[in-house]
Amino acid sequence: MNHLPLIIKREYITKVKNKSFIIMTFVSPLIMVALFAVVAYLSQLNNDKERTIAVLDETGVLSSVFENTEHTTYTILTDTNLKTAKELTKAKEDFGLLYIEKSNDSTMILSNVQFFSDESPSIGIMSSLEEKIEKIVSDTKLFNGGVDPAKIESSKTNITIAQETFTGEKTSKIDSYLKLAFGGVSGYLLFMFIIIYGNMIMRSVIEEKTSRIIEIIISSVKPIQLMMGKIVGTSLAGITQFVIWVLLGSVLMLVVSAILGVSLTDLQTPQQEAMNEMMKNPDIAFEFQRGLQSLSNLPIVNLVIAFLFFFIGGFLLYSSLYAAVGAAVDNETDTQQFMMPILMPLILAVYVGIFTVIEDPHGTVSTVFSFIPFTSPVVMLMRIPFGVPIWQQILSFAILICTFAFTVWFAAKIYRVGILMYGKKPSYKELYKWIKY
Amino acid sequence: MNDLLVADSVSKNFGEFRALNDVSISVPKGSIFGLLGPNGAGKTTLIRIINQITMPDNGRVLLDGEALRPEHIRNIGYLPEERGLYKSMKVGEQALYLAQLKGLSKAEAKQRLKYWFEKLEIGDWWNKKIQELSKGQAQKIQFIVTVLHQPKLLIFDEPFSGFDPINANLIKDEILQLRDEGATVIFSTHRMESVEELCDHIALIHKSNKVLDGKLTDIKRQYKTNTFEVGLQTDRVEEVTKIIKDKFEAFPATFRNLNDDVKLNIKLNTKDTSNDLLSFLTSNAEVNHFVEVVPSASDIFIQTVKNN
Repeated sequence: MNHLPLIIKREYITKVKNKSFIIMTFVSPLIMVALFAVVAYLSQLNNDKERTIAVLDETGVLSSVFENTEHTTYTILTDTNLKTAKELTKAKEDFGLLYIEKSNDSTMILSNVQFFSDESPSIGIMSSLEEKIEKIVSDTKLFNGGVDPAKIESSKTNITIAQETFTGEKTSKIDSYLKLAFGGVSGYLLFMFIIIYGNMIMRSVIEEKTSRIIEIIISSVKPIQLMMGKIVGTSLAGITQFVIWVLLGSVLMLVVSAILGVSLTDLQTPQQEAMNEMMKNPDIAFEFQRGLQSLSNLPIVNLVIAFLFFFIGGFLLYSSLYAAVGAAVDNETDTQQFMMPILMPLILAVYVGIFTVIEDPHGTVSTVFSFIPFTSPVVMLMRIPFGVPIWQQILSFAILICTFAFTVWFAAKIYRVGILMYGKKPSYKELYKWIKY
Repeated sequence: MNDLLVADSVSKNFGEFRALNDVSISVPKGSIFGLLGPNGAGKTTLIRIINQITMPDNGRVLLDGEALRPEHIRNIGYLPEERGLYKSMKVGEQALYLAQLKGLSKAEAKQRLKYWFEKLEIGDWWNKKIQELSKGQAQKIQFIVTVLHQPKLLIFDEPFSGFDPINANLIKDEILQLRDEGATVIFSTHRMESVEELCDHIALIHKSNKVLDGKLTDIKRQYKTNTFEVGLQTDRVEEVTKIIKDKFEAFPATFRNLNDDVKLNIKLNTKDTSNDLLSFLTSNAEVNHFVEVVPSASDIFIQTVKNN
């Protein structure tokens, strides 16, 4: 008798109908978006703060560059010395005082600039001040050297090296970013999925033990069927939750952006500004367009298939171990000792993925870890966008499946014995004995 | 083939520990078979082997003459001692699920559940959650789930625990009725009075070995000591007592009575019959009370366990 569909159905329905699951499913995106809105609002508040910076420029040539902006007002001080300027600034409760010491030699000017303030200024403020001074100083230097700065400006060129593989595929830097993003997101997604839903499987096994229904169930079905039903049912519930999160999250995000619309564009991060700057440059806009086109250069079919295979394989591998841990213990607090060996390779995989794959997707470390079954799902998913030979993918997947078969066998052994053991927390030695029962 | 279930030289080890040592039992069709033994003797292991939850290391188990196969699960109903239900699931859904796991179709399971819910007067529980029920109420559900698929073999491990006397009686009557309808029952318990009341056959397992089995009446016959409990009415208490003690092995007895002056347990010699004793007694005093002392299941249990 094959009861697997029945068990999967029950596991799925109980999970999905569970109140805390429903609340988690619908409230989490709300919380995320609310958090986003609050952060956006707060940083907006922060940016709105207006500050006044006093400038004491003894050289007299630099004052012209300090133009007032929306948030910063510059007061140019004249006919005073440093001491009184400091006192004055303090008395006016200005944010700070920029002091440029008089120097006859224009090259000395940089070492003689100082900033005085109560609070230490942010890096942003300082670099904006430095940039302003650097520009005028270097222009002055060029001018003194007999070069017209305007000529320099017009002579600037922007070179983009066109990348092409020997087989004729055009690639670009943006390609690399896309690959990185795709690999990173899928690897991280798997990591999160394993942790969240692996735990859910474990709790569900423990629940059957503590409610003592387990013996009634396994007098009707084989333990391994029950275990597989649990894993599949919970994964389906997990996928449902994930899909709802993504859909609801995007809709809410759109709504919030629409409401806060104007203010959101105001609050551009430096990267966004840089991006906008880039877009203005026709060459880069072209580059970006080509980047979009090169999306189609990504091995999409390979990516999707590999994602499905490695995601499912990786999750099954780990979830069978979670099920075994659940069977071995009586309550959740006892799981700690067995969780470490499961989490270690998983965390290692993410670190290898983040640090090594990005650096060198086809290096020895990345390659080796994309074959080791406990790290391969995450690492391989991160590597694949950079083009991994099909034979490597197949081999890695084959190793993964063989290991999965082994862990399921192993987990089923522990599961079969563990679910009927009550009262004491087993040691590793006892777990080893169970395998031989 | 008169035995529904035969366990043939079954052994099971857990690591170094031998949980069952060469245990054989035969459960006749239509009987109630008491599986007895002290805690940790190996009863549960044997029951789990019959349910194919654990596999034996040696020996085999036959159900209706066939070696156990996974399909036999639907012919067995098992109420384990450690039992419970999904706390957050509704009674009806849960019973349906468990019935379907035993191979019933949904429609059939629903129909039979309705019958049983009405029979045990719990019809309005269908939409309740298990956590809203008392322990005894949950036990009723478990009982129904055990018998719902009309198995040939029913295995009850401590079926009465958690029931009040009224419900325990209700369940007992249901078990007897199921037996009368043709089911065979294996019954494991520590409550000797229910063994006395229900079981036709018993087997006693002690320290992983079977130490006793057979028909309960046969075993009692085997364990009886030809002792009779007598109550006599006489004026010459000491004299009569002395006369009896000279001729028979006799011990003081305690039982409730109205007006007996001499109360004794008298053991017969092998050559004497009960009639010989009775006529000897009537010639000496007035006999008000004359009963053969039959060992109770409890006595047999304690005695056997002590001797091993």
